[in-house]
Amino acid sequence: MTKNIMIVGVGGQGSLLASKLLGYLLLTEGYDVKVSEVHGMSQRGGSVVTYVRFGDKVYSPIIDKGEADFIVSFEQLEAARYIDYLRPDGRVVVNTQQIDPMPVITGAASYPENLIGKMKDLGLNVDAMDCLSLANEAGSAKAVNIVLMGRLSRYFDIPVDKWKKAIEDCVPEKFRELNLKAFDLGRA
Amino acid sequence: MKQLMLGNKAFARGLYEAGCSVVSSYPGTPSTEVTEEVAKYDEVYCEWAPNEKVAMEVAFGASVAGKRSFCGMKHVGLNVAADPLYTLSYTGVNAGMVICVADDAGMHSSQNEQDSRHHAIASKVPMLEPSDSEEALEFAKRAFELSEEYDTPVIIKMCTRVAHSQSLVETGERILPPVKPYEKNIAKYVMMPGNAIRRHPIVEERTRKLTALANDCYFNRVEMGDTGLGIITGSTSYQYAKEVFGDKASILKIGMSNPLPDQLILDFAAKVDKLVIIEELDPVIENHCKALGLEVTGKDVLPMEGEYSQNLIAEKLGVEVPKSLSLGEALPGRPPMMCAGCPHRGLFYTLSKNKCTVLGDIGCYTLGAVPPLAAIETTLCMGASISGLHGFNKALGKESEGKTVAVIGDSTFMHSGMTGLANIAYNQSNSTVIILDNSITGMTGHQQNPTTGYNIKGDPAGKIDLEALCKAMGFHRVRVVDPYNLAECDQAVKEELAADEASVIISRRPCVLLKYVKHNPPLHVEKDKCVGCRSCMRLGCPALSFRDKKAVVDDTLCVGCGVCQQLCRFDALQS
Repeated sequence: MTKNIMIVGVGGQGSLLASKLLGYLLLTEGYDVKVSEVHGMSQRGGSVVTYVRFGDKVYSPIIDKGEADFIVSFEQLEAARYIDYLRPDGRVVVNTQQIDPMPVITGAASYPENLIGKMKDLGLNVDAMDCLSLANEAGSAKAVNIVLMGRLSRYFDIPVDKWKKAIEDCVPEKFRELNLKAFDLGRA
Repeated sequence: MKQLMLGNKAFARGLYEAGCSVVSSYPGTPSTEVTEEVAKYDEVYCEWAPNEKVAMEVAFGASVAGKRSFCGMKHVGLNVAADPLYTLSYTGVNAGMVICVADDAGMHSSQNEQDSRHHAIASKVPMLEPSDSEEALEFAKRAFELSEEYDTPVIIKMCTRVAHSQSLVETGERILPPVKPYEKNIAKYVMMPGNAIRRHPIVEERTRKLTALANDCYFNRVEMGDTGLGIITGSTSYQYAKEVFGDKASILKIGMSNPLPDQLILDFAAKVDKLVIIEELDPVIENHCKALGLEVTGKDVLPMEGEYSQNLIAEKLGVEVPKSLSLGEALPGRPPMMCAGCPHRGLFYTLSKNKCTVLGDIGCYTLGAVPPLAAIETTLCMGASISGLHGFNKALGKESEGKTVAVIGDSTFMHSGMTGLANIAYNQSNSTVIILDNSITGMTGHQQNPTTGYNIKGDPAGKIDLEALCKAMGFHRVRVVDPYNLAECDQAVKEELAADEASVIISRRPCVLLKYVKHNPPLHVEKDKCVGCRSCMRLGCPALSFRDKKAVVDDTLCVGCGVCQQLCRFDALQS
């Protein structure tokens, strides 16, 4: 059975490192893995989606509506945007940060209210936390991605030291300590 | 041990292992990483060419000289390189030559979603289509053998979901093929009519031989399952079909999409009750099957537009799709936009303020068309801003000359802007061209180009002087402005549009994302000074938002470029 993790956020938030980490970890766990990314224009502050799929044999590189076991979101509005990709029994792990998209900046639209509550009202499992504060506590706002990975790790049967080994193997030496701290803060 | 590898990186590994020695490409999403990755191998000479036509001709020269060669491009790039391609089909090769073309169904980062298979058919060049990273690696290697055995360039067609997906691959060693010394052969390599007439029958004979090969080759395979449903598919559509049907259908997987295997298709069709063709974009396999006299389902139920997915195929072919929940409210979109501190923003603000008609081009600055700046009014293809401006001004004369400009990036200008500029100089329109020189090829992820002074490896290289180039073409009015300085930009645009001769403005500042660009500390808003006039919001900067009737600066995004400060009449934005 193929398992599906969708990573969504705003271009530039660091979703590529998150998918790299997950791909590496799941491969070392012996799974067939596919990861699908978006490059080019969408990366310029647009809504970005990365798909991570693993299992005995994975065919399609993308995740479709109603298939995601997890949506890991760097931002509230982006979690809401892709919520129809979640299985009804799936789980959303979401950073509560709000980043205004251009229609909100220009005043053409307003940022929707209470998105976390609305997702919970659908009966979905929503795990919301302020990852930006935790990332800053770890030492850098850029570590939001690893805080989220720490949180996600709670829902996997993979031992914590394997997650940490994957972080050590995937990030440059000088950022290791910071990222390991971010992981611990996210998982706690 | 198997590794997780991006399709484009696996392709690059295949080039390396096959002993490819010369690579020349022009970047274009989703093809760029093939060349970026192969450039990491010191054994392979790699370069960014000014455009795809040059790249393909470089690869041709290297092949004739006796070294295995490669050029890579996106789908629209193959249009630029179509000229050499169609005649390369006649000359054939000496050492193997492989071309990557990456299609972008769904237009994640493209201006159209043309189907490159038509180029393979029209140029009579074989085309391979891998469906994952492992095949990208293996097809790249085998393409060189095919190229040499059949004396033809070979195109490998990637698509976004193969190019930018990671899947498992096993790597091998690099094996250099035996040297193929260059031999003078005018009848083969000089395509003047007398010779080309003799080459054309060779091309037709080659296609016949390749069609015979296609019926029994590594690239095409049959996976028999239930025979009630037979599916012919390839590329990423194969993965979606397997996901939906598993072994509940029989599949003919097409890995060589030109020429198609007539007998293999007929034999497969005879074994199944119903035949469905699953292919993104145009009905190429479908029309071929129909020409073979087969009754098939294809574009009568599946779309011509956009990319496919497992749910789309399931739904259109009557298979149940998973249930999902929706919030049931319309959410504000999040389109891509220019980055905080992007040097293009100040220039576009100036053009917008002066109510200029702006003919645009292909690059990050195409985002100048997005509100609130909404400054760009046309984008067609690489270089069309300049040639289009000339036509616009020739059509309207004085009515448009004083308020119409072209904007084009440094890399796009090198790609195909120079010829348009030559046309303005030669045929004399009073046109103002703005070169947005951010010292890099931005949208595709920071590739060097002939104006940057560095090559693909980051080593010092030749550097073309844009001012000198424009002057040499006959432009007397060439000036450089800093797009962070709004007053300077405004003055330059007003003066050059008013001038009675053609002019070039070079808006010069490096891309804010370049590693060597130093950022200033973020600005902050003095709340008591901000009157909520929203002047700063006209820039459409992602670092600026508006809360409780005051401007707010996102200090994780702001790079302190200071452009918004110049719009604030109340000194509310402080360094």
